[in-house]
Amino acid sequence: MCLAVPAEVVEIHDGEMATVDADGARAKVSVQLVDDVSVGDFVLVHAGFAIEKVDQEEAERTMELIRELEALSGHDEIS
Amino acid sequence: MEKIKSQPGDLTLMEVCGTHTMAISRAGLRPLLEPGVRLISGPGCPVCVTSDTDIDRAIATASIPDVTMATFGDMIRVPGTEGSLADAVAQGAEVRVVYSPLEALELARGNPERRVVFLGVGFETTAPTVAATLLQAREQELANFYVLSFHKLVPPALRALLALDEFDVDGFILPGHVSVIIGSDAYGFVSSEFGVPCVITGFEAADILQAVYRLMVMKGEGQPAVENEYSRAVRPAGNEKALRVMGEVFEPADAEWRGLFVIPGSGLVLREEFRRFDAGSWDVELPEPARDRGCRCGEILCGRIRPPECPFFAAACTPDNPIGPCMVSSEGTCASYFLYCQEDD
Amino acid sequence: MAGDVITIAHGGGGTRMQDLLREIIFPLLGGDTLNTAEDAACLELPPGKLAFTTDSFVVKPIFFSGGDIGKLAVCGTVNDLSMVGARPLYLTLGLILEEGLRLEDLERVLRSIAEWSTVAGVRVVAGDTKVVERGMADGLYVNTAGVGVIPDGRSISISGAVVGDALIVNGYVGDHGVAVLKDRDGFGFQLDVGSDCAPLNSLVEAMLGVGTVHSLRDPTRGGLAAALKEMADASGRAMELVEKDIPVRGEVRAVCEMLGLDAMLVANEGKLLAAVPESDSTAILQAMKSHPLGADSSVIGRVTEGRKGRVSVLTPLGSARLLRMPSGEQLPRIC
Repeated sequence: MCLAVPAEVVEIHDGEMATVDADGARAKVSVQLVDDVSVGDFVLVHAGFAIEKVDQEEAERTMELIRELEALSGHDEIS
Repeated sequence: MEKIKSQPGDLTLMEVCGTHTMAISRAGLRPLLEPGVRLISGPGCPVCVTSDTDIDRAIATASIPDVTMATFGDMIRVPGTEGSLADAVAQGAEVRVVYSPLEALELARGNPERRVVFLGVGFETTAPTVAATLLQAREQELANFYVLSFHKLVPPALRALLALDEFDVDGFILPGHVSVIIGSDAYGFVSSEFGVPCVITGFEAADILQAVYRLMVMKGEGQPAVENEYSRAVRPAGNEKALRVMGEVFEPADAEWRGLFVIPGSGLVLREEFRRFDAGSWDVELPEPARDRGCRCGEILCGRIRPPECPFFAAACTPDNPIGPCMVSSEGTCASYFLYCQEDD
Repeated sequence: MAGDVITIAHGGGGTRMQDLLREIIFPLLGGDTLNTAEDAACLELPPGKLAFTTDSFVVKPIFFSGGDIGKLAVCGTVNDLSMVGARPLYLTLGLILEEGLRLEDLERVLRSIAEWSTVAGVRVVAGDTKVVERGMADGLYVNTAGVGVIPDGRSISISGAVVGDALIVNGYVGDHGVAVLKDRDGFGFQLDVGSDCAPLNSLVEAMLGVGTVHSLRDPTRGGLAAALKEMADASGRAMELVEKDIPVRGEVRAVCEMLGLDAMLVANEGKLLAAVPESDSTAILQAMKSHPLGADSSVIGRVTEGRKGRVSVLTPLGSARLLRMPSGEQLPRIC
């Protein structure tokens, strides 16, 4: 139901298609379901479609939280 | 983590989304959170909840000689009354695994002599993509592209669960990506009508822990609400364009959820004006429905029991030899347990 | 040679087949032994124990980023021999060709076999060619058998892991399976990563030159997860892995996430999993990192006390989960 991956829009094509890049992996996806997609936007990709734009600032904040959590936990056993 | 541990209380929380179940198992969160917080899995796996009859119909359709069925990989090994799509392939059915419904469209374009039927499974995350594909098919006037829709909707299922007498959870962890489409407002009734707090969250361990913490706080304060911890992608009204596309092609209908019952308005069928694309309207021969296998998937999906409590779990029912969809789908509650959780030592 | 595709006649044993051998196969594969066209190769073997293995290759497509079915065949068999500590020497080559296969494709595969045999230091000394009807063999199937010799004093076995051993992989996992996927019809992914297909015998020799190795496994089908589980089961040991120490390239991880695949279950063709005694692990890791095929080597865990066959993975959060054998082929999924 839910495997969607954030990716950066690197090129827009005719016919409501775009090339996105996730960490170096590139795919061609449809942007039929999202308005106003521009190069540089981040989108969630599911089943070959962009399903929504991702707010980059919020995404950064989450990555911070994740990094913090992992740094704190490290190899300690949490009991 | 400490914050969670410092909260008092004994909570039972339901995660609704199969992808959350998988993420929780991968991160080893269940044992970390117990005994104070007990996480149970709800009916969030669209593969798991596809009924036997529906799978039989998919197999019967795929077995028609000029049909090429295109499907997501998840569905290939799901057992119906008499075997799975994989078994049908061994018998000569032509089935292709695709990553996107757009690939099925390509297949139809490139093989005009075949009827290409796309097997539509998934919740509101996926249904708009199938709808968009069908609109393209109509625009291109493709004569050999069809959809067999077993799509389902999440909010009606939540409502049906909440209405059951024996259903009693302290909070919901709501599916992040379904919510991207339907928006956080769609769940308002859960807290306002039923008084159960909910948190919409993403799939990193940190996201899930954050959700658990917020649910504990809301429960503790007696202030149930729907909180959105996935605001980087989820808006109150959701993705209106996607909802429009979905609504243009599909309409709600009653649907049978495997192991549960028929939930009103919880499925999606093609609208009348798309009937010519609807493989669900074809006349196919279905096998006699099976007598009750004795599998307890339904209770697992409802969160009433956990996989180890089913007598078949890890014995007669394994990923290699699955009985119910909970074990077949790699996201299924039982398969997740089998693959990722701690055994008792 | 007349025509530019393989026909049924090429497998018939008559003049057409002789033409194929003499004009294409022998010149490309070369070698004294092969050219004698005896019914069997007569070979000298150095002292030591004989190691013998076979494999068939049916990969589709036959040409993919980073390799082809020929390179895969040579490396696959060379690596099987290396995993038991044998020095690979000779290969046989069985070809099953589909009617209609383009001669230039066959030549390309044979050139690849010749090239990689030279790199690995082995020779193709015997072979067989069959032709099957159009629609069979996906273009070309290959079978190889390989012999090698295990020098005295070496004892490397799938059951050899011992409590306390360090578990080492020689680099990024998941590259091959993902590379092959991207070149198949559909999916439409592009990434710069190609197959990691490579002959590992020289890397194994470098490792053995500085220390003892208890156990080796190449994580092909079923990926690293299968190799770990097989090693744990065979040796009757438990293992503890550290998830963040398992090297996976960012773009491979991204493709796996998009398709719902687990990088630990994806096939590799140029990787090995080694269990080495703790005391030798630093030297061996160093030797591996100095070798071109081991630059990204990493210690990913340890062999431990515990229930036999139990492989647990320490997550970045500090919790543990269990690893089990994948059942059947991984398929892309949306959930």
